[in-house]
Amino acid sequence: MIELEDVTKRVGTVTHIKPTNLKLEAGHFNVLLGATGAGKTSLIKLMAGLDPMASGRILMDGKDVTRLNTQKRRISLVHQFFVNYPHMSVFENIASPLRVARLPESEIQGRVEEAADLLQLRPMLNRKPNELSGGQQQRTALARAIAKESQAVFLDEPLANLDYKLREELREQLPELFAGRGAVVVYATSEPEEALMLGGYTGLMDDGGVTQFGKTSEIYRHPSNLTAARVFSDPPINAAEVTKAGREAKLQTGVRWTLDGKAAALPDGSYTVAVRPHRVLPKRSNKHEVELRGQVLVTELSGSDSSAHFRLGDVDWVSLSSGVHPYKVGEDHAFFMDPTHCRYFGTDGTRVA
Amino acid sequence: MRTENQKAWFFVLPVLFLVAFNALLPMMTVVNYSVQETFGNNQFFWEGLDWFEQILRSERFQAALGRQFLFTGIILAIEVPLGIIIALSMPRKGFWVPVCLVLMALPMLIPWNVVGAMWNIFALPKIGMLGYFMNDVLGIHYDMTQDPLAAWITIIVMDVWHWTSLVVLLCYAGLVSIPDAYYQAAKIDAASPWSVFRYIQLPKMKTVLTIAILLRFMDSFNIYTEPFVLTGGGPGNSTTLLSIDLVKIALGQFDLGPAAAMSLIYFAITLAVSWVFYVVMTKDDQ
Amino acid sequence: MAEIKLSHLRHSYLPNPSGPDDYALKEIDLTWRDGGAYALLGPSGCGKSTLLNIISGLLAPSEGKVFFGEHDVTTLAPNERNIAQVFQFPVIYDTMTVRQNLTFPLKNRGVDEGTIARRVSEIAEMLEVTEMLDTRAAGLSPDNKQKISMGRGLVRDDVNVVMFDEPLTVIDPHLKWKLRSKLKELHQRVQATMIYVTHDQTEALTFADEVVVMQDGVVVQIGTPVELFERPQHTFVGHFIGSPGMNVLPCDLKGDRAIFEGHDITLEGPLTARGGAPQIGIRPEYISVASTGLPATVTKVADVGRHFVIDAVVGNTKLKAVSEHKAPDAGSSVHLTFKPDQTRVYRDGWIATEARK
Repeated sequence: MIELEDVTKRVGTVTHIKPTNLKLEAGHFNVLLGATGAGKTSLIKLMAGLDPMASGRILMDGKDVTRLNTQKRRISLVHQFFVNYPHMSVFENIASPLRVARLPESEIQGRVEEAADLLQLRPMLNRKPNELSGGQQQRTALARAIAKESQAVFLDEPLANLDYKLREELREQLPELFAGRGAVVVYATSEPEEALMLGGYTGLMDDGGVTQFGKTSEIYRHPSNLTAARVFSDPPINAAEVTKAGREAKLQTGVRWTLDGKAAALPDGSYTVAVRPHRVLPKRSNKHEVELRGQVLVTELSGSDSSAHFRLGDVDWVSLSSGVHPYKVGEDHAFFMDPTHCRYFGTDGTRVA
Repeated sequence: MRTENQKAWFFVLPVLFLVAFNALLPMMTVVNYSVQETFGNNQFFWEGLDWFEQILRSERFQAALGRQFLFTGIILAIEVPLGIIIALSMPRKGFWVPVCLVLMALPMLIPWNVVGAMWNIFALPKIGMLGYFMNDVLGIHYDMTQDPLAAWITIIVMDVWHWTSLVVLLCYAGLVSIPDAYYQAAKIDAASPWSVFRYIQLPKMKTVLTIAILLRFMDSFNIYTEPFVLTGGGPGNSTTLLSIDLVKIALGQFDLGPAAAMSLIYFAITLAVSWVFYVVMTKDDQ
Repeated sequence: MAEIKLSHLRHSYLPNPSGPDDYALKEIDLTWRDGGAYALLGPSGCGKSTLLNIISGLLAPSEGKVFFGEHDVTTLAPNERNIAQVFQFPVIYDTMTVRQNLTFPLKNRGVDEGTIARRVSEIAEMLEVTEMLDTRAAGLSPDNKQKISMGRGLVRDDVNVVMFDEPLTVIDPHLKWKLRSKLKELHQRVQATMIYVTHDQTEALTFADEVVVMQDGVVVQIGTPVELFERPQHTFVGHFIGSPGMNVLPCDLKGDRAIFEGHDITLEGPLTARGGAPQIGIRPEYISVASTGLPATVTKVADVGRHFVIDAVVGNTKLKAVSEHKAPDAGSSVHLTFKPDQTRVYRDGWIATEARK
């Protein structure tokens, strides 16, 4: 387990990481999800000991490692950019941490072969990294991380530079690779879909701070504030200003619907309503749904899904539906939203209903 | 990187002593001499800044300084464009690359006094190939021991031969790092070869060129061995560059005070001009 | 503007190619309509960049010809073909301002000042960079730099084809969709033939009217995004497009019927005469959890927010299903049904069933 207590990082007068408290456990993936620049790499570097902390403590398995240098912490790090020793063969690359630890040759052989098998690198053990494809190079880096048997494995957007199909395939394999090894796995990514596919626990990062941390599907369905909802959404979540009066919610453009439950009990006033794109659909499925009619600005097809960006008043909305829907750009189209999927946030961003 | 202990510093101590012994102590001695007068017998009299004043006012110093700036100016004006042109003509891929690189490196490997001696013999009127060629084949009177112009031309050609390779190799390194896509885009934009040079190659070579020019400036400004072996500062004092003059005063005349003052002035000028050069060349990067 | 035709194109990077493996491109015959938006989609190493460079003239093919309209341009240099190319990373002239960058290709061709000024402001407005026209190009963000790269290609009005080689590679993921839609908008306004090379299905399917799917130097299928998704002609297309991709399941054929793990599977229609090793292809979207059907054990369920991805095993074969509703738990036994009109047989990778009329 890795514990962070009030960890901060400052460069000069600028705070890069705000006071952060986290408990990361082994047995599942701990995903750090955030946009580029949110601080995921900075936080990983602090945990790895590569950058100094301005204040706070880090404990690994109960032991205070704040002052311990990177070499003494038993960790592995896999970067975005396929970092391998160019002059060594794949076998030697995977074996390098084991050689530093001065393990007996027979054990090195065994562990390297095991890691190579897991990542389908057996036929390439004698090649050099520059003779391999991108996917194979990254698998070599992963094999090195596995062979080492560290306490903590940090994966910093490791699949970002691979073809999207290869990314899917490797992503499926990753949880199996690390299962049962007892290491704390921390995975940084900027794609919400990756976090959802990997499961485990997710920490949402924004502007140097962790806005929410918990079980991935939990925080997806129940974001505690608007920032968390925004970070964990791709395409961008639909957020618009809504005014509540009595049991009715009304958008700027006049579209209105009836509230019930917790939302109905809120004090009257101005809130932000947020609804995920896949809850805004081009076809009506029940009579409770609210109709949103707007001009289609952009459409995107991604094979299994189609999305449409349309304008309602001065807010851009996104609808995501399955299948291939050829929308006509420039034309008006009706979209339907079920109010039960709406989340309401107060003016300060915290979730109220 | 936070370390548990400071042991690493102890490993640096011996080097620190060495540097102190070889550089700092002599430097302090020079400063010491530059403000005093001695008549031998280890007797010293305080002179204050008199030596500095005297040197700066002396015609001899000013003439040597003038010659030095002229020399460095000509050297830079020839070597930098020539180096760039040669770097541009060198192949970037294929079999000839290592051959060219080795050929370029050869002149820089020769010990400097050997370079001076080589060119000395080379330029002798009856015996040297160049001397013979100029005098007897082309019919041009060429004798560097008698003609100041010939002496100047010879030391310049010698330095160009010796050091242009440095500029070539540095510029080549800069050129090789330009991705092919830039040349492809230029082809698509129908850019002329001059435009390609001006808008793609030159900007990308800027960092290495800065280093090359700075290095050549400092080295040529401080040059001693090659011209001294070649011409001894002659004929007369026509090729007496600043360093040669300094050595004459210090070791020839044994005027320690003025020599020390002159070295400090020399050092200050080199530092100042290098600094100005550097600021000017990197100001665009702000 | 012209139609582009590739005839019997083959290319090898080796001086003396001997077998098919030595060829990066193996026999390409294609015609690109004038003014169309095309995508070349395929994994790394499939030959798409080689094909792009042959069309643009940066590479001369080992065999075959390239025609722009009636002209054989196979041996012409890029600047003689009137093409524009946008590379993976922004290629701009750092020392010039944005305006000078956009003016450069026109100036080199001797276009008059008035036309230059008009074209530059038109393109700047289209790309939404008008406020940056007099800033130095070196200081811009990557997405703006890439826009300028595109602008340099579009500023000429005699361009036969504009080619994009994975242009969104260096763009921040959050800004990618903006540039994608900008490209589509540009195509509609400029009406030039545009060819977009990528390994990302979203980019290809969004941008193109027709997608050319390549694998290992061969064109596997050409079709509209709908066609490629609904009816892949090859298992590779089915697998590559769609997230998750199509399930490719081993099966046996008994006469006219397909047998999968001992069960009879209803297909979309009759088998064609094609031969080869048989496989069933069905997309996860068309496999549902039901009360009867193939017995399966669920191994993993992933909650992807808008739907669930279910990993299951039928007998010895793994497959995936996508469900919009609550999924069964991992470890439970369920029944799966395949939607018949989306269940096909592929033999040696190529489609081998006909849709029932």
